[in-house]
Amino acid sequence: MPQPIRLKDHEKDARMVRKRALVGGIVFLLLTAVLIARMYYLQVVQFEYHSTLAENNRIHVQPVPPTRGLIFDRNGVIVADNRPSFSLTLTRERAGDWRQVLDVIVEVLGLSEEDRALFERRVRQGRRPFEPVPVLFELSEEQIARIAINQFRLPGVEVAAQLVRHYPLGDHFAHSVGYVGRINEKELSDLDPVAYSGTHHIGKTGIERFYEAQLHGEVGYEEVETNARGRVLRVLKRTDPLPGRDIVLTLDSRLQEAAEAALGGRRGAVVALQPQTGEVLAMVSQPSFDPNPFVTGIGFKAYADLRDSIDRPLFNRVLRGLYPPGSTIKPMVAVAGLDAGVITPQTRVFDPGFYQLPNHSHKYRNWNRNGDGWVDLELAISRSNDTYFYDLAHKMGVDRMHDYMTRFGLGQRVSLDMFEETAGLMPSRDWKRARYRQPWYPGETLILGIGQGYMQTTPLQLAQATALMATRGKWIRPHLAKTIEGLPAVDSDPVPDIQLRDPKFWDYGRFGMEQVVHGPRGTARKIGDGSPYRIAGKSGTAQVVAIKQGEKYDREKIQERHRDHALFVAFAPADNPQIVVSVMVENGESGSGVAAPVVKQVMDAWLLDENGQLKAEFAPPVKAEVVQREQ
Amino acid sequence: MSNNFDRNLSSEDVLRRRASLLQRVHIDGILLLLLLILGAASLFILYSASGKNIDLLMKQASSFGLGLIGMLVIAQFEPRFMARWVPLAYVGGVGLLVVVDVMGHNAMGATRWINIPGVIRFQPSEFMKIIMPASIAWYLAKRSLPPRFKHICVAMAMIATPFVLILLQPDLGTSLLVLAAGCFVLFIAGLQWRWILGAAAAVVPIAVGMWFFVLREYQKQRVLTFLNPESDPLGSGWNIIQSKAAIGSGGVLGKGWLLGTQSHLDFLPESHTDFIIAVLAEEFGLVGVCLLLLLYMLLIARGLVITVQAQTLFGKLLAGALTMTFFVYVFVNIGMVSGLLPVVGVPLPFISYGGTSLITLLAGFGILMSIHTHRKWITQA
Repeated sequence: MPQPIRLKDHEKDARMVRKRALVGGIVFLLLTAVLIARMYYLQVVQFEYHSTLAENNRIHVQPVPPTRGLIFDRNGVIVADNRPSFSLTLTRERAGDWRQVLDVIVEVLGLSEEDRALFERRVRQGRRPFEPVPVLFELSEEQIARIAINQFRLPGVEVAAQLVRHYPLGDHFAHSVGYVGRINEKELSDLDPVAYSGTHHIGKTGIERFYEAQLHGEVGYEEVETNARGRVLRVLKRTDPLPGRDIVLTLDSRLQEAAEAALGGRRGAVVALQPQTGEVLAMVSQPSFDPNPFVTGIGFKAYADLRDSIDRPLFNRVLRGLYPPGSTIKPMVAVAGLDAGVITPQTRVFDPGFYQLPNHSHKYRNWNRNGDGWVDLELAISRSNDTYFYDLAHKMGVDRMHDYMTRFGLGQRVSLDMFEETAGLMPSRDWKRARYRQPWYPGETLILGIGQGYMQTTPLQLAQATALMATRGKWIRPHLAKTIEGLPAVDSDPVPDIQLRDPKFWDYGRFGMEQVVHGPRGTARKIGDGSPYRIAGKSGTAQVVAIKQGEKYDREKIQERHRDHALFVAFAPADNPQIVVSVMVENGESGSGVAAPVVKQVMDAWLLDENGQLKAEFAPPVKAEVVQREQ
Repeated sequence: MSNNFDRNLSSEDVLRRRASLLQRVHIDGILLLLLLILGAASLFILYSASGKNIDLLMKQASSFGLGLIGMLVIAQFEPRFMARWVPLAYVGGVGLLVVVDVMGHNAMGATRWINIPGVIRFQPSEFMKIIMPASIAWYLAKRSLPPRFKHICVAMAMIATPFVLILLQPDLGTSLLVLAAGCFVLFIAGLQWRWILGAAAAVVPIAVGMWFFVLREYQKQRVLTFLNPESDPLGSGWNIIQSKAAIGSGGVLGKGWLLGTQSHLDFLPESHTDFIIAVLAEEFGLVGVCLLLLLYMLLIARGLVITVQAQTLFGKLLAGALTMTFFVYVFVNIGMVSGLLPVVGVPLPFISYGGTSLITLLAGFGILMSIHTHRKWITQA
């Protein structure tokens, strides 16, 4: 480079730099204007959009589960309440590798592999994203402390306080009140996801299930501010949940316990109800089980033990146990025969110890091989004479028999509010044609007359049929809920009362039942001895295994589990019915010998005061009843 | 050569020197005032952005103090003295970059640090932000303007070497800033427009080439996210969506100091470092952003005045390049946070938390002060 040019350059350089600085300055101003325009676009033009975005970021709507309604017995004794309980929750989305977190929980709390499998199942059942799923309930203080110490290893794990259903009376009401349990996937798909958004439990059986809608209540909401990790920082707005309605049961916990005691550890069922109101006073199915473990999730083994037990504690014998009613329905058959006009109160049948259809050689035997001789209606009931009822059934025919027994509730669901009640079976020609593609045989009608054959009834149905005897045909569905939040349960589909041609027909049946207990030849006269009130009852035997023609029932040869079930139904006081009791003792063999004393004990518990005298409130209105009986 | 232009300037200069004490200790009053305002604003915003973290505030304040001292020390050196050491610094800097690439200290998947435990821990690429424009200015100041093709080629080679080394670390943000600093020197030196337009036209094939051969996976992801942040709102698009929501929800006047929900509830990532402008925009609105931009523009305007008034060509080129690079900081940071540009790791100058960038920036302004306060008009003639 030649020197002179360089010296001359100085001014030119300065001009060049000034020019370029000016260009740069202008470009920077333009670019700054672009930045401001961008900010204007975001902050002014799109302000609404971004405000909403930011608000949605921080504000979450959380459901607040309602408190489940309480359940009381008729005297106000609490049967189901809600207890605060600490549970361990896991939020899958925050736990990272949640299976590994479960491993840590199991390790920290020293639990078993079985527990871990249960946890995993529970987490899998988790529902909406970011919802904490309870994995372990009723944490002890020590467990809470262990979790707290190891919190750093347990992302997404929290100890949460919540109200959990508790049944203070344990197994006494497991079959009537039922229990709640965790909502499973099938239930989830049928549920209103909004109403149950904060709820983990739902009624599974019994009252808890039947009145789920009333007990559940309405979900509330909380608008909460959360940070980016979903932690709740404060509550902005709250709509309180509406607690579920309280239910007062018709059941009486003292009578319930008395009925259980009366069964004395035997397997069986007891139903006690008030015939005038349909209120069920006691409902026992033994053995029973403690419903509390089902609330928080019962372990595999504990559940398998219950499920596989030969005594079938989970089986509700009152509602689902099906037994041939045996002789217990003879009073109803008698009333039906009178109303149908096939017999009169004076009709007499000679019993040689068996009955034969004309032109048939088959002998339908009376339970008393020797025969009872000439038998009228009253004796037929009190002696439970089979021959009389073979004859009566033959005269009535299967069609009329089916119609009358159906009106007594057999083969029907009779209850108003009991979950999973079985209808049982009252056979008919149509039923047999559909079921077996066979015609009806006359001999099948005969054994219907003594409550055997195809007939299948539940202890509750027998109680209701007996209650209809007690009320002279007034139909009120048996129910467990006395009031719901103070309002009585309403039957939206009432059953029409049974109207007989002559209401007096009821009294012949009832008198026969009274003679069963109080007559000189009554089958259950033992329980009538010294009773301060009069009982109208009927015994029955439900065969477990059929006995062949000409073979004798020999209890020694029959395994205990194959022995007949003992049945007894009754109401008392006979002239002013206050209570109906239906008892089934599994493999009890003798209705009058085994089941009847249970009935008596239950009745005593309800009717007698501490001095062994009939309570004043149950005393019969003397005049009217006496007149009726003398007619 | 004595002419009107020189005389005017010298008389003005003499006048000022006599009037100002600051001039004598080589401090530019306007720059210092603006820097102090920015430093105060930084602490103010950081207090909110860091969630009232006093420790962090103290660290930032001491870095700022340290930087100011460094700035004042640098201002005492004559630009000529600096120019003498520039070649050595350049060689040393490139050497350190090589060392870092070969055996540097790992942080966040990128190798950027030289760490001698207990002695020193620093990023050589950070120094390159100043050494680079100084080296190119030193080289071009000896030549006549506008630079000739040969000189442009040499300058480009000097720019490309550290640029590639930093890119390999990989640190896209810093490498682009270093590239910009070098290129600005060429621009101010009067690089012909045909070269500038030609380079602009070459950007597309270069970008395509970089995409396939240079960019790392996480860098590609950032570019993809920039193009469509909503494609992965919970993953890589999260940052940009949340920062836009923070800015947008601030509105014109903002939600108020300490009341920004996006930053205080942790929805905004990196809220006290690269994304701090979103905190400012959320809490102080458009007005706050405009005020900050005004401060930056005043700083840049002063830098350009210093550029024009600089006595030597080296001083002019260096001052201009430093000032323009400063604008790149501002533009790239605000552009990326507001979703105009892809996310590259460039802090918001003076406001973002971080000692290294603060010290580098203040060192640059120290050089500007030195250039402005060491003018000697008598010797020029």
